[in-house]
Amino acid sequence: MDPVLTKHIGEPNAQTLDFSLQHGAYAGLRKALGMAPDEIIDWVKKSGLRGRGGAGFPTGMKWGFVPKDSPKAKYLCVNADESEPGTFKDHVLMERNPHLFFEGCVIACRAIRAKVCYIYIRGEFYHLQRVLETELARAYEAGFVGANILGSGEHVDIYIHRGAGAYEAGEETALIESLEGKRAQPRLKPPFPAVVGLYGCPTVVNNVETLCNVPLIFDRGWEWYAGIGPDKNTGPKLYCVSGHVNRPGVYEADMSVTLRQLIYDYAGGIPGGRQLKAVIPGGSSTNVLPADKIDVAASFDGLVQAGSMLGSAGIIVMDETTSMVWVAKNLLHFYEHESCGKCTPCREGTDWLYKILSKVERGEGELRDLGLLFSVADNIGGKTLCPFGDAVVPPVASTLQHFREDYETHVRVGRPPLPPWRAQEELIGAH
Amino acid sequence: MSFHPQMPYGEGWHRSQRRVPPDGPPFAFTPENLARLEDICSHYPPEQRKSAIIAALYLVQEQQGYITGNAMQHVAGVIGCAPAQVEDVVSYYVMFFTRPVGTYVVQVCRTLSCALRGAERVTEALCRHLHVSPGETTPDGMFTVVEFECLGACDRAPVIMVNNEHWHECQDPDKVTELVDALRSDGVAALSGCHLVKER
Ligand SMILES: Cc1cc2nc3c(=O)[nH]c(=O)nc-3n(C[C@H](O)[C@H](O)[C@H](O)COP(=O)(O)O)c2cc1C
Ligand code: FES
Repeated sequence: MDPVLTKHIGEPNAQTLDFSLQHGAYAGLRKALGMAPDEIIDWVKKSGLRGRGGAGFPTGMKWGFVPKDSPKAKYLCVNADESEPGTFKDHVLMERNPHLFFEGCVIACRAIRAKVCYIYIRGEFYHLQRVLETELARAYEAGFVGANILGSGEHVDIYIHRGAGAYEAGEETALIESLEGKRAQPRLKPPFPAVVGLYGCPTVVNNVETLCNVPLIFDRGWEWYAGIGPDKNTGPKLYCVSGHVNRPGVYEADMSVTLRQLIYDYAGGIPGGRQLKAVIPGGSSTNVLPADKIDVAASFDGLVQAGSMLGSAGIIVMDETTSMVWVAKNLLHFYEHESCGKCTPCREGTDWLYKILSKVERGEGELRDLGLLFSVADNIGGKTLCPFGDAVVPPVASTLQHFREDYETHVRVGRPPLPPWRAQEELIGAH
Repeated sequence: MSFHPQMPYGEGWHRSQRRVPPDGPPFAFTPENLARLEDICSHYPPEQRKSAIIAALYLVQEQQGYITGNAMQHVAGVIGCAPAQVEDVVSYYVMFFTRPVGTYVVQVCRTLSCALRGAERVTEALCRHLHVSPGETTPDGMFTVVEFECLGACDRAPVIMVNNEHWHECQDPDKVTELVDALRSDGVAALSGCHLVKER
């Protein structure tokens, strides 16, 4: 498949309005402005577009949940919090293709009858915020955003809202809380944001890549879109490949592509001729797959069948020098640090898991600690307000399932010699 | 007993707990910063000025380097909310500093993709070179070294960020020691920015 979303990202000034207009930007918006909101939603439904933020929820259906007759204001909140370890696709889209992104925001606002769109961007992406602000001002000037867009009478304002460092702000209700000036902590659902969201009003939360797909559906037609990739897994998809590969980066493919192709063909294979050990296919919150399970389609449904998830398509590749106990410990440090603290199982449990894993990793664990890991993880998953709790389980449970021998080595023999890419002493300090 | 029979509840501080820093010197926004804040408030409905708390705190940090009790009182006054609401926000988000930090806060990503490509060694080299541990500031007040979680640029691992804003990528132990020396002499101009800012 020829890249569509990332076709021009390597070219100079690809982010500018002039460049984007030369390559067909805002053509989809022109068509969508001639369509009624319900018709727009219908097209998105027929295209088969599924959300790229992690859950793969059908986008058209999500838009359809917004009550049409509600007298309240409606909001579009864009999830540009991109914090799932191993994920950096929205980063590239916002930096190199911001007009495609704004175009998608305006079409989505028209579909759900929202007049205001907030782009919630993670605090660390300040350099992207500046790019977005510059280009947004140009889009306003040219009449693609703001009042009376392209003479249609449509009015959409887009504002950029900067977060301040919190993974949990990527969870949709926590994002809304954060936008309201509070801690990023989740709300009990239902009510769902589509009914009671930002400022108590109907709200749609969509991922950046999801919205970048929307203009394509109108520019080229839903039939074209639905024809890309396997059934129910349609459209172009961005994959973020990182870790032990020769060419880490963002790659665009349709969802019939396999993990093996992404690792060996797109990302150039493992450096130094070393062997693959394990792959995390969809960001740190998805089950790790052992090396013999990579001949599967990297699609929403393909990876579920393989026992994992597409998630945010953050593919983290690990070679044979990697201890999977250390991987679990590294990730649990992340979850322990990022747990928002609202639910006790997650707040306390992540801390316990990190402590047990640290002990085992140092070679000071006992075999019964492995059972304890399972048991604590099992007491977090499914027992929290938001899916963060479920996201904690895969790094522990799937490494224990597929790489129990690593754990047993750490327990019985002690910590194996450290590979050259690891510091030889443990750094002690605050985090 | 905790919810798991074999584990005791932790006693450490958690980001969901409120931690109020010392009052510090008197604080008020400069007229320019006040105007910038009012402009940001106009992005939200008039009764939702609280949405601008994070933006206001960034302005405090820009003006004073770090956030104090007095600054939080002032922000609450300008926004029109209870000081406790500002305190909640300050203790929760990791990009706010509640004590003086170095001129350059070097934030090294430590999460998996960066760690697989040597982030631990980058932190190690940095700490050796500057004679500090993660979280500490050099005695001359120039550098604070902080470990950070995934910055969302794992293809350019290991990544570092300086002062919440400036990026530098593909680090190794040698490069990072050269980099801090260059920071000392040339300031943030020594940083390359993100890979995509420069044309590929
Ligand atoms: C803990 C947690 C973190 C999340 N982080 C992100 C994120 O950084 N970016 C994102 O787009 N979605 C994230 N999500 C998923 C969002 O909750 C939501 O499903 C998504 O933004 C919906 O957009 P979509 O329908 O366009 O995929 C996260 C979910 C959870 C539970
Ligand atoms: S792991 Fe360092 S940027 Fe993602």
